[in-house]
Amino acid sequence: MSRRGERLAIDPIACDAHGLCAELLPELIARDDWDYPLVDGRPIPPELAAHARRAAAACPTLALRLAAARERAAPGGRRS
Amino acid sequence: MSDAALPRLLADPAGAVTVDLGGHLALHGLPALGRHAAAGLADAAQRAGLHGRGGAAFPTARKLRALAGARGPLRLRSLAVVANGVEAEPASRKDRVLLSRSPHLVLDGLQLAALALGAEQTWIAVPAGAADVRDALGTALAERASAGRDPVPVTVASVPPRFVAGEERSLVHLLNGGPPIPTAARPWERGVGGSPTLVQNVETLAHLALIAARGPAWFRAVGDPGEPGSTLVTVSGAVPAAEVREVATGTPLHELVAGPFQALLAGGYAGGWLSPTAAAGARLLRADLVPLGATIGCGALVALPEGVCPVAETARLVRWLAGESAGQCGPCVFGLDAIAGALESLCAPRRPRRDPLPDLHRWCGDVAGRGACGHPDGVVRLVRSTVRVFAAELDDHARRGACDRCAAGPVLPLPPPHPPLPLRTARPRAGDGASSRRVA
Repeated sequence: MSRRGERLAIDPIACDAHGLCAELLPELIARDDWDYPLVDGRPIPPELAAHARRAAAACPTLALRLAAARERAAPGGRRS
Repeated sequence: MSDAALPRLLADPAGAVTVDLGGHLALHGLPALGRHAAAGLADAAQRAGLHGRGGAAFPTARKLRALAGARGPLRLRSLAVVANGVEAEPASRKDRVLLSRSPHLVLDGLQLAALALGAEQTWIAVPAGAADVRDALGTALAERASAGRDPVPVTVASVPPRFVAGEERSLVHLLNGGPPIPTAARPWERGVGGSPTLVQNVETLAHLALIAARGPAWFRAVGDPGEPGSTLVTVSGAVPAAEVREVATGTPLHELVAGPFQALLAGGYAGGWLSPTAAAGARLLRADLVPLGATIGCGALVALPEGVCPVAETARLVRWLAGESAGQCGPCVFGLDAIAGALESLCAPRRPRRDPLPDLHRWCGDVAGRGACGHPDGVVRLVRSTVRVFAAELDDHARRGACDRCAAGPVLPLPPPHPPLPLRTARPRAGDGASSRRVA
């Protein structure tokens, strides 16, 4: 099931810092001082792919998604 | 006009008046606006090495090609072109000067791009309240209507002077009837009225008009081979008189700002400070300025006078920039507010209770790259340059609080605060029971 070369992407406008993603996927998602998620854009390790999908599905504002690792980040949106 | 003669954009033998259509045609010898093929115009822009003059320095040819490809194979989609003269950067006046001096060059560039792409509509966005620009454009558009020089309809849009309103997605959102804040949509895919939209700075369009008429080689006869042409700069601060000049790219900064000054802010208020030594060795080139942590941006150079506190001045700029956030992205809303607060705490009468510098470093790292637009990144560039250039002053403030010079300012001019946009409401931290904060 786990597709290769996916990374986490956050829509910073939609994200409302509910924090569910960081609860569900602390291995890949840290929080800044204001509880907004920090991701590093690296490919998701295969063993965490299912957890990552669950975290994306749990986001109340649909701000977290899995993007192709090669997909160009939105302007200015490197880290999110 | 010989190939290397400057000024080009601001050429006007009669002095600081608007060049009318007759004078424009005589000065530039521009033929009737031909219908260039989009590919040909893009190739000319590429051979000229034209980059956007609004701040991001995006290659103009790539934008033109993206738009040419956006119509689809059957060319069913309509396109739009927007000339961006919003110029919301407080330290820049070059777009206003260009529009009030040489409106026909900008309007020719707008028409050339629209005709080449087959666009049905064009807009020219100008700052609300700029009467000189409105008058010059109104007169120019009337002259052009009589002469039949605007085959594609032009609409003038007055834009409220908010900092992020000049960002191209903000501008498209505003033209679509929304508030001037960035959206996730890319204008070249879905812009004004849902049509793929070319957004170009007004100076970029003026250069494009001259390149179409005189060719890429003529454009490259001036300036640095790597970043060719002429460019408009606004020089202000510790100079005899603030002024807009058209200069060759690659001009040494010391020829633009004679000094003496305490530091030079290159790239506007979201640019970067340069020490006098760094400024003395740098030219007006991205290749020189970006490695130094500054930028060209829209060509604004601000010289900080001796005798004022750089920490206090930067704190004021950062507080103003934090207030100019579109209020959409949490890291920008809360991060910039925190960074401004840390800088302000360094200038309080008593020394800060705890050293804010470690937080300042961490927040810069946390905020950079995490907005929908580049606004937080620009503020981080300014703060990091402050840390680099004024490390001793920052340490001194962290140990003792406000310095003797803190009260000497303010010297860098800022517009009054704007009415707040509908902004993000903070969620309480999990478990701390705090009520939601409204950020204004």
